Amino acid sequence: MSGQNLARLGVTLLAGALFGFGLSLSGMLDPARVIGFLDVASGQWDPSLMFVLGGAVMVAIPGVMLQRRMARPVLDEQFHLPQSTAIDRRLLTGSALFGVGWGVAGFCPGPAVAALSMGLVPVFVFVGAMVAGMLLHDGPIARLTSKGR
Amino acid sequence: MTTYWPSLIGGMLLGVSAVLLLVVNGRIAGISGIVGRLLGGQQVPANAAFVVGLLLGPLLHASLFSRLPAMTIAASWPAIVLAGLLVGIGTRMGSGCTSGHGILGLARFSPRSIAATASFLAAGILTATTMGFFR
Repeated sequence: MSGQNLARLGVTLLAGALFGFGLSLSGMLDPARVIGFLDVASGQWDPSLMFVLGGAVMVAIPGVMLQRRMARPVLDEQFHLPQSTAIDRRLLTGSALFGVGWGVAGFCPGPAVAALSMGLVPVFVFVGAMVAGMLLHDGPIARLTSKGR
Repeated sequence: MTTYWPSLIGGMLLGVSAVLLLVVNGRIAGISGIVGRLLGGQQVPANAAFVVGLLLGPLLHASLFSRLPAMTIAASWPAIVLAGLLVGIGTRMGSGCTSGHGILGLARFSPRSIAATASFLAAGILTATTMGFFR
């Protein structure tokens, strides 16, 4: 492995740890806090998630502005950014399905994966089902829906 | 307001992580994408490194504050399984989740990600609020 590859891997590990620690500090590992935000009629609405997303976007915007002035990333030849701009039925249906699942249990992928290291059984069950859902989508469902397009 | 400092600072750290990955490695910190690619055997070392880092997060929290992050899981077993399946299928079909669409998509002012975020926020609020009436 070249030095640059190794450096990139180190940066990825650091970014992952920062992300996991940030989620832990933010309180968003706790499904009760997430539901407390999503359930707007509970009478004890918890706005925390807004501060988390707001803080993250506030920091990411200048980062994106910087990235747009760079010809290439520090440790790679080119940027690897999503190219798709389509707002289609797949995007909206998929996101809505994700939202329903998020609202049911209060888990989204980041916090659920990070919380695996805390060793709680329900988290393992959730991540197991999520992985099954991903494999189900990338296998049979993707084949079915691509036929229809 | 003071109650929300950890949330704001935690959120800002998510931003720092996303910017680090974007500016240094040229990649998007999207967790569902990272997990999905790992499952598909794509760029395994990089995606595995991010997941390992993610797992270290709660342990770092424990070593700094002498306690693990709080977690209260109220959902029943069938609800947890259903939620996991929906989150897995939905994030792959919608090409992203709260991190990729929510944080980076919004910061990049991507109309596609803004639409996705509006969709999952609306669905999440509708679901949790409806379920709240039965709690």
